[in-house]
Amino acid sequence: MHNFELVKPTTIADAVAALSGEDAQALGGGQTLIPTMKQRLAAPTTLVSTTGISEMQGVCVDDAGRVCIGGATTHATVAAEAAAHYPGLAALAGGIGDPAVRNRGTIGGSLANNDPSACYPSAALGSGATIVTNSREIAADDFFQGMFETALEEGEIITEVKFPVPQASNYQKFLQPASRFALVGVFVARYADGVRVAVTGASESGVFRWSEAEAALSDSFAASAIGGLSVPADGMIGDLHGTPEYRAHLIGVMTGRAVAAAG
Amino acid sequence: MPKDSGIGASSKRREDVRFLTGRGKYTDDINLRGQAYVHFLRSDVAHGRINGIDTGEAAAMPGVVRIFTGADFEGVGGLPCGWQVTDRHGNPMQEPAHPILAQGKVRHVGDPIAAVVADSYAQARDAAEAIVLDIEELPAVIDMKAAVEGGPKVHDDLESNLCYDWGFVEENKDAVNAAFEAAAHVTTLELKNQRLVANPMEPRVAVGDYAPGTGDSTLYTTSQNPHVIRLLMGAFVLGIPEHKLRVVAPDVGGGFGSKIFHYAEEAFCTFAAKAIERPVKWTSSRSEAFMSDAHGRDHVTKIELALDADGMFQAIRTETFANMGAYLSTFAPSVPTWLHGTLMAGNYKTPLIYVNVKAVFTNTVPVDAYRGAGRPEATFQLERVIDKAAREMGIDPVELRRKNFITEFPYATPVAVEYDTGDYNATLDKALEVADVSGFEARRAASAAKGKWRGLGLNCYIEACGIAPSALVGQLGARAGLYESATVRVNATGGLVVMTGSHSHGQGHETAFPQVIAEMIGIDESMIEIVHGDTANSPMGMGTYGSRSLAVGGSAMVRATEKIINKAKKIAAHLLEASDADIELKDGQFSVAGTDKSVAWGDVTLAAYVPHNYPLEDLEPGLEETAFYDPSNFTYPAGTYICEVEVDPDTGKVSIERFTAADDFGNVVNPMIVEGQVHGGLAQGIGQALLESCVYDANGQILSASYMDYAMPRADDVPYYSVDHSCQTPCTHNPLGVKGCGEAGAIGSPPAVVNAVVDALQRNGKDVTHIDMPLSPARVWAAMNG
Repeated sequence: MHNFELVKPTTIADAVAALSGEDAQALGGGQTLIPTMKQRLAAPTTLVSTTGISEMQGVCVDDAGRVCIGGATTHATVAAEAAAHYPGLAALAGGIGDPAVRNRGTIGGSLANNDPSACYPSAALGSGATIVTNSREIAADDFFQGMFETALEEGEIITEVKFPVPQASNYQKFLQPASRFALVGVFVARYADGVRVAVTGASESGVFRWSEAEAALSDSFAASAIGGLSVPADGMIGDLHGTPEYRAHLIGVMTGRAVAAAG
Repeated sequence: MPKDSGIGASSKRREDVRFLTGRGKYTDDINLRGQAYVHFLRSDVAHGRINGIDTGEAAAMPGVVRIFTGADFEGVGGLPCGWQVTDRHGNPMQEPAHPILAQGKVRHVGDPIAAVVADSYAQARDAAEAIVLDIEELPAVIDMKAAVEGGPKVHDDLESNLCYDWGFVEENKDAVNAAFEAAAHVTTLELKNQRLVANPMEPRVAVGDYAPGTGDSTLYTTSQNPHVIRLLMGAFVLGIPEHKLRVVAPDVGGGFGSKIFHYAEEAFCTFAAKAIERPVKWTSSRSEAFMSDAHGRDHVTKIELALDADGMFQAIRTETFANMGAYLSTFAPSVPTWLHGTLMAGNYKTPLIYVNVKAVFTNTVPVDAYRGAGRPEATFQLERVIDKAAREMGIDPVELRRKNFITEFPYATPVAVEYDTGDYNATLDKALEVADVSGFEARRAASAAKGKWRGLGLNCYIEACGIAPSALVGQLGARAGLYESATVRVNATGGLVVMTGSHSHGQGHETAFPQVIAEMIGIDESMIEIVHGDTANSPMGMGTYGSRSLAVGGSAMVRATEKIINKAKKIAAHLLEASDADIELKDGQFSVAGTDKSVAWGDVTLAAYVPHNYPLEDLEPGLEETAFYDPSNFTYPAGTYICEVEVDPDTGKVSIERFTAADDFGNVVNPMIVEGQVHGGLAQGIGQALLESCVYDANGQILSASYMDYAMPRADDVPYYSVDHSCQTPCTHNPLGVKGCGEAGAIGSPPAVVNAVVDALQRNGKDVTHIDMPLSPARVWAAMNG
């Protein structure tokens, strides 16, 4: 790791100002960034920590009934505090990584990084969440733009994420045996106006919605409804842990399990 | 009643108190005044010609003390190989040079090119990034068959990439072939035993030190065998006589074989400390460990089993390609040969066996012994082909094994070893009982009701441990003896210090060894301290691997203690004014047989050091004895493992539901430690079967070079183990009757797991006869849907 400056602002405005410096980088829980820096694959001059910003912390419910999570809220906090409001989301947060990761990693950091195997992007996309930044609100459908790519501009930070609460939801993750990231993860959420299905871990384009399954499940919210559907292997990730065909197959299996578990 | 001390007691591991409370002293805890730090610049290409190394800018960077390259080691010895294999035509193996830092070419990703010594690690690393390399990348050869069929040569000065072509027993080849011609049934199986990385919890560390005043060198290193490192590094690499070189291996956090070998980094630190007259320290990162620790396994095998119509084994024929990597690691040539071919008889009276092994150089990290070392590879192929034969011939796999078991001992196999004792039916019966095999059908139905496919797999294994008779291994090409040593020093007040050449890096020697001596003398275990890991204070010993420490090191300790007791009896006889032939030692008291006259252990030891009333004319004062023990044979632990799995047909995921190990380790000194050793071995074996794999791409890049892609077993990947060691046929040739237990779990478990998964698939209509390890969900699913 190279030397760097660490600043720990207490307001969003100060954080944004600090990020305008040359080679400054926002730091959430550091669960990806710090290992990357240790490997000398990243060497920002300044790290701007978001964890001291109280207005980016915590879980609440807004007037529209949405679960609103501060961008610097840890996975462990979401697992504990969102459980009463959005159990499917809380369960996903409680299954990310291990206790050490959950006590450090933040929702904003995870979404901004948009690792193709991360869990949170599927919840945000599968819930039709709104990503709030220091300057604007971005619909999840517009936010995720491919592996490690998002709509965020340079120096823009995620301050809050607003999740509409579905009638039923569930996340099923099939573990990559080594990293225990999602080899395939499927988030299913049933809303009054339809079902959303978001898939992480599988695609070379990052998290995506499985629209055929959404249509079928909107007609009939039962695992059998997707029995005849399959995802093409084209564009799926192939690596040591699974071929594109295997991942495509697992999408169907995990979607069925998520629907069954959501009830 | 279980005993509460001595042989057979589950004494609590005394060393764990310091390990579990953070008070262990590991090599990385050693920091010497004025030490400098080295960072190795390693090759990021698998094969290349070094046209230039420009260190000019780097050498001027802050904190840099000196930068070394291969040119600094011209005239210095390379890393030696400790075993010379002779090929099937009687010629010695091809043995390439193995320089400390690359000279002329780099031959695998991770090959060290330059070493930057600086005041801090960060400075060394910064400077390494400023070194300008001119390396012409050459085509790499990764696949073994391509390597021997005209692929790029790893070593330009060798005839080919073939290290050796070994035939065993070469004289039997024609008879074996004839038996195959005549056989009623032949079962053939092609399989891989995949490359593994040992991954001990503690990465390798070395600290070199040099005292200009005396000319003494000291190396602190993470080693399983400090004396071996002293001999190899002193005599073959740096030219330091052993009396001017001390090697210390303090607490070591696991080795599993990977810390047996002599590595370039430790030789470098010793060399550089003298060159700059400052201590030099290197601590491996985990990433470096993946590309610089010797790897394990990596065999590709075709095995054929010839049977008569009744299922009696007639002959075995194998052809194996064994990956050596880019250089020969210390004991690499012995693993696929003498530690593998000699075990191909297994537990069975197959009369004719021919093993062919082609050892191959490739542009990969060197491969050497890893827990089991050759014996897992032998067991895996044998027990897989037997299962396949049972299925092909419609014979129950238990019965097929049982009818071919060796039942009379000693038994001379057709592959050069003589099993002294064993009872394979006993461990098989015990395993069937403990595993509740009769209840399998009900469990299978219960699994099926949940949509899961249940299977049962069996494995009977044998291993050769207690390594090794020196004269025998010398004939086979070993360049070292394999005895063990112990010095027992009794103090005036009765306590004992035992200095052993064995080395504990997780095995529990500090607890188990005192149990043996406490039993012999009849004193409390707490009166005995084990000292190991420092060439300055223990006799020349060969270290710990090959499940040898109790069988060989423990035997040396017994012999030394016997000498102590014999001398103490003479002192006691003098004090009691009796004949030493009449002295009996029991519960720490010397008494005159048939009388009530006695003297306590402590009185005798005090007399030895305060010899006022002492037979000085006949007996030297003091009470200290050394013994060296060279075993007359290997030991042969054996047993049966039974695994039950559930396979998820939707995803291919395998879950181990039950695992039973019934082992015959001969006599057992500490049952708790034995059980722990088996648990650890099973976790590593299950890790191989289901999870672990070191994968290279065609260009020689390691695709699984971190824990993001190299799957280590976690607690929830392994089941509750049912472990039994009540079947005991004591070893007939060592004084403790012990056989060794360290490697059994890793040897016996992979075939049991794979047999169970294949069984589950077969029971559900899938014509799958083999899946190569690791049985990842993706591979099992692909096999099911192939």
